[in-house]
This record gives sequence, structure tokens and C-alpha cells, in this order.
Amino acid sequence: MIRASGLTKRYDDFTAVDGIDFEVARGESFGILGPNGAGKSTTMRMIAATLLRTSGDLTILGKDPSKEGPAIRAHLGVVPQQDNNDAELTVRENLYVYGRYFGLPRSYLNPRIDELLAFAQLEDKRDTKIDALSGGMKRRLTIARGLVNDPEILMLDEPTTGLDPQARHILWDRLFRLKEDGATLVVTTHHMDEAEQLCDRLVVMDRGRIVAEGTPASLIREYASKEVVEVRFGSDRNAEIAPLIADIGQRTEVLPDRILIYTETGEESLQAIVARGFAPVTSLVRRSSLEDVFLRLTGRTLEDE
Amino acid sequence: MITQIVVTSAAVEIAERRGAYPGAGVYAGRPHAIVQRAFIALRTSNMLAFLTGFVEPVLFLLAFGYGLGGLVGGVDAQGQDLSYAAFIAPALLASSAMNGAIFDATYNVYFKMHYGRIYQGMLSTSLGPLDVALGEIGWAMLRGATYAVGFMSVTAVFGLVPTWWALLTIPAAVLIAFAFSAIGMACTSYMTSFQQLNWLNFWLLPMFLFSGTFFPISSYPGWLQPVIEITPLAQAIEMVRSIWFGQFDLGLAVNVLYFVAFSVVGAGLTTRRLTALFLR
Repeated sequence: MIRASGLTKRYDDFTAVDGIDFEVARGESFGILGPNGAGKSTTMRMIAATLLRTSGDLTILGKDPSKEGPAIRAHLGVVPQQDNNDAELTVRENLYVYGRYFGLPRSYLNPRIDELLAFAQLEDKRDTKIDALSGGMKRRLTIARGLVNDPEILMLDEPTTGLDPQARHILWDRLFRLKEDGATLVVTTHHMDEAEQLCDRLVVMDRGRIVAEGTPASLIREYASKEVVEVRFGSDRNAEIAPLIADIGQRTEVLPDRILIYTETGEESLQAIVARGFAPVTSLVRRSSLEDVFLRLTGRTLEDE
Repeated sequence: MITQIVVTSAAVEIAERRGAYPGAGVYAGRPHAIVQRAFIALRTSNMLAFLTGFVEPVLFLLAFGYGLGGLVGGVDAQGQDLSYAAFIAPALLASSAMNGAIFDATYNVYFKMHYGRIYQGMLSTSLGPLDVALGEIGWAMLRGATYAVGFMSVTAVFGLVPTWWALLTIPAAVLIAFAFSAIGMACTSYMTSFQQLNWLNFWLLPMFLFSGTFFPISSYPGWLQPVIEITPLAQAIEMVRSIWFGQFDLGLAVNVLYFVAFSVVGAGLTTRRLTALFLR
């Protein structure tokens, strides 16, 4: 459905997206994982036909966004990083007016809006103005609005960033339903748990380039070990102790606040560290995640600026 | 080969039908969707602000036309001896068309552009930038024209409407409102800070006071008269005043062309700027 090759966006002296290649198939849930400033949103806006590319090829449903912008946008549902619901309108009016922008008639929109309000769990807020909604509700409204034209591709830019955990889980549940119904999703995120929850396949972006591609499981298999031991000795001592225990796991990462030891058997490795006489202030054994993949690929954590 | 399943939603069908026309990339033929949004927003949020716009020109008519007018006596203009209220009434009508249009096309547009992110939302749909420009300008035009009609009804009640020709000032007010909102929106779309909007007041107030509104342009020294005459509100007042008194001449055609040119340039610049801001 989406095909990009050598896709590049350059501003005067800054290359936001630097020659990336990817494809998205129908019904797939495709993720773009990366820290802030990696070029995720720029990529999204190019796909959404609201930003022209500098060079490279990009087709969405066989169409070129630089030539057929409105026609492509008719196929898409866009959920931007920051909610941009219309504050002068109520919840219901937001959906109605957005549908009118697509040229959809009232007879089509009335039943559609009822469905969407139910989907977004906003039925009792239908006549409420936007300012009176919670952050999670606004987000669900933005997603419902993105669905008003029955889009073939739903574009979600950082769908749950800034929401509290409960609101996030409600939202993930809604998005999961869409996925089960066969929707094609394109999701950007810098939360690895979100990528693991929602994406069938993802690319990891860093500084405008794609540095890895695969399913969440295959990326973890390829770039991280099965388990990770996190130990903290206090910020002064971490760097000092790290070389002394580096041979215990397959690989060691020293972060300012902790040491990560990549290993197949976390508990045993932890015991080995303690057996050498290094008693960590805190320790944690966990399974590897996409966060570890990212750290391995870029030497930075996802939350780093 | 993977067989492509063809799914056509209603929105796609609508967009594809339009796609065959030239200019489909900038215009989807739906400025009315934008106007409809403004109507709904008016009902839900903006009614009070809208209604106050009717009052302003009436206050000026009462204070200046009848209050000050009592001291001034008559004015010799348009080849007639007019009461002061009768002299300023058509000028106030032209000003109310301008003010109504300009408020929506500047302050409201600036807010929607930079804080409400409304245009970003509109342009994520199958609308084009010309739809948004024409829709927003069209709405501001309706607002200006509505005030003009409202004010005309008031002047009729006061017995200030001289002939049936005055009804033709309504289409003139529509043209004036469209031109001012087109230029207003174009200027606003280039503004990057709220302070720049204050420059607008810097121009609007003197224009309102010195464009032949409250005294004839013939009272200026000879060299200054042509300078005043080419300013937009002076053109608007001249046009409305001559129609108001049923005086049709070549000057009127010049006035009309003047505002048509403003409209086209304003709508064109707005479209270009919306494209640059949201679709580049």
C-alpha cells in the first residue's frame, strides 16, 4: 500500500529523513520506532501527503503524493502527534465537520458518527466542548475523527505519548480492535512497549536513517540476548565496576545510572556478580525489549535527547 | 503477484470524481464545507461576539450622526445638501462591511492557524488549500455583508435611505467584504507573532477616521486627495455612497475593478501561503 525508496527530506542545512526504504502491506501494522528528532514525524507527514519529499520515490496506493495530494488524503486517517480538534465545536460536531471536509453527506455521517462515538467511548460526551475533555478523551476523539472517512490506512503519530497509564491502555485496546478488524496502521512511537503491543513489523530510525527492520521478536533475537540484568552500584562506582564483571554476560552496556548485562540466564549471571563480591544497591532481571535493541544499535536510550 | 483488493470508500469516490478536473491538487470544490464549519462554530461558540458587530456602526450613527451632527448642521456632498447623519450613513455601512470581514479574516484566522491548528486538520483531509482560502474568506465576507444588511435596516428605520438604488449597496458590500477578507487573510497568513496583528489596528483606525467617512475628501489639500482616494476604505466609501444616492458613472466601474483585483490577489496569496505552511 505504501512504498518508499530513497525517500529523503532535506531542509536548508539539515537532513530530516535520509534516503529510507520501506514497504507497508495491506492489513499490516507497521511501526516506526526512534527517539525524538529521528525523522519519524517527517516521514509520517510525507506519507500523509502534507509534506513534499526532497528526493526519492514514494507511492501511496499507487499514487504520487506530490501530484495527487487530496486524492491520497481521502484514503487516509491522520492522527497527528498533537491533538488538533476544533475547540469551537462539540465532540459530535467535530466528527461531523471533519466528515464534511471529505465531502461526505449527512445521511452517511449520522450513523457513522454514532458508531465512532461508541468506538471511542465518548457517547455521553457527544455535546461537550473539547476543552472539557481529559487528555485521553481528546486522543480518542482524534482517532475517531481519523476514522470518519473509513480510511484504508490509519496514520498514528505517537498515539499515546503524554497520556497516563490507564488512558494508554484504553487507547491500546481500541487500536488493537482496529487491527483485529484488518485495518492498516502506521504508528510512530518512542515507547518500546507501544511498539511491542501494536506493531507486526517495525523499522528503527535514528538520525533520519533506518538502522534495523523486523518483527519485535526478531529484532530482539538479533540485537539483544534473551535476558538482561540491570545492576546499580551508585553513579560513581558503575563505570569502575563494569569492566570487572564484563565477562559474565555476552555484552555489557554502562549507562550513567546503571549497568546492563546481556545474558541468556539472568538469575545465574546476577548470582555470579554477587559471588565476586560486588553487591549492587539494586538489581533487576528482566527479558530483553526493543529498548535494548535501540541501545545496541545507536548507543543511546530512546528517551535520550 | 498479489491481487489488489479494491476497496472504495465514499470519501475516496468523492475525491476521485474530482480528480479528473484540472487543479484538483489545490481545489476539491468544497469551500462550502469550511463555511458550514463556521456556521456551526457560530452557533456553538461565537454568537455573542457576532452580535456585538451589529451594534458598533449604530453607536457611531447615533453619536456622530445625531449627536455631533446637531452641531455640524448640513453637508454639501454628492451634489446635494445632506443632513450630517445622511452623509455618514453610507460610509458607516461600507465600514461595517470592512470591519466585520476583517475581524474574522485576521484575528480569528491567526488563532486558527497558530493555536487551534485548525487548518492543519482541514488540510489533512481531501480538501485543497484553495478550498480553505475560499471558505474562510467566504465566511468573513458573509459576516461583513450581514453587518451591512443589518445596518441598512437601521438606517431605513431612521429614514436615511434616499432611494431604492440603495439596495444595490448590498452586493457592493459583499464585494467590499470579500476583498477586505481576502487581503486580510493573506496578510495574516504571513504574520508570525501576535504583535504583528496590532499593526492592523494601526492602519484600520486612521482609515476609518480619514477615508471620507466623517468629512468629504474634498476638505483635504489638493495634493493629499489622490493619496487618500486610492486607499481601500476610501474606495469602498466612494462606491457605496454613489450607489446609495443613485449616481452611476465610470468611477463606479473603477471601484469595482479595484476590489475584484484585491479579491483575486488576496485569495491567490492566501492559497500560496497555506500551501507553503501546511503542504510543503
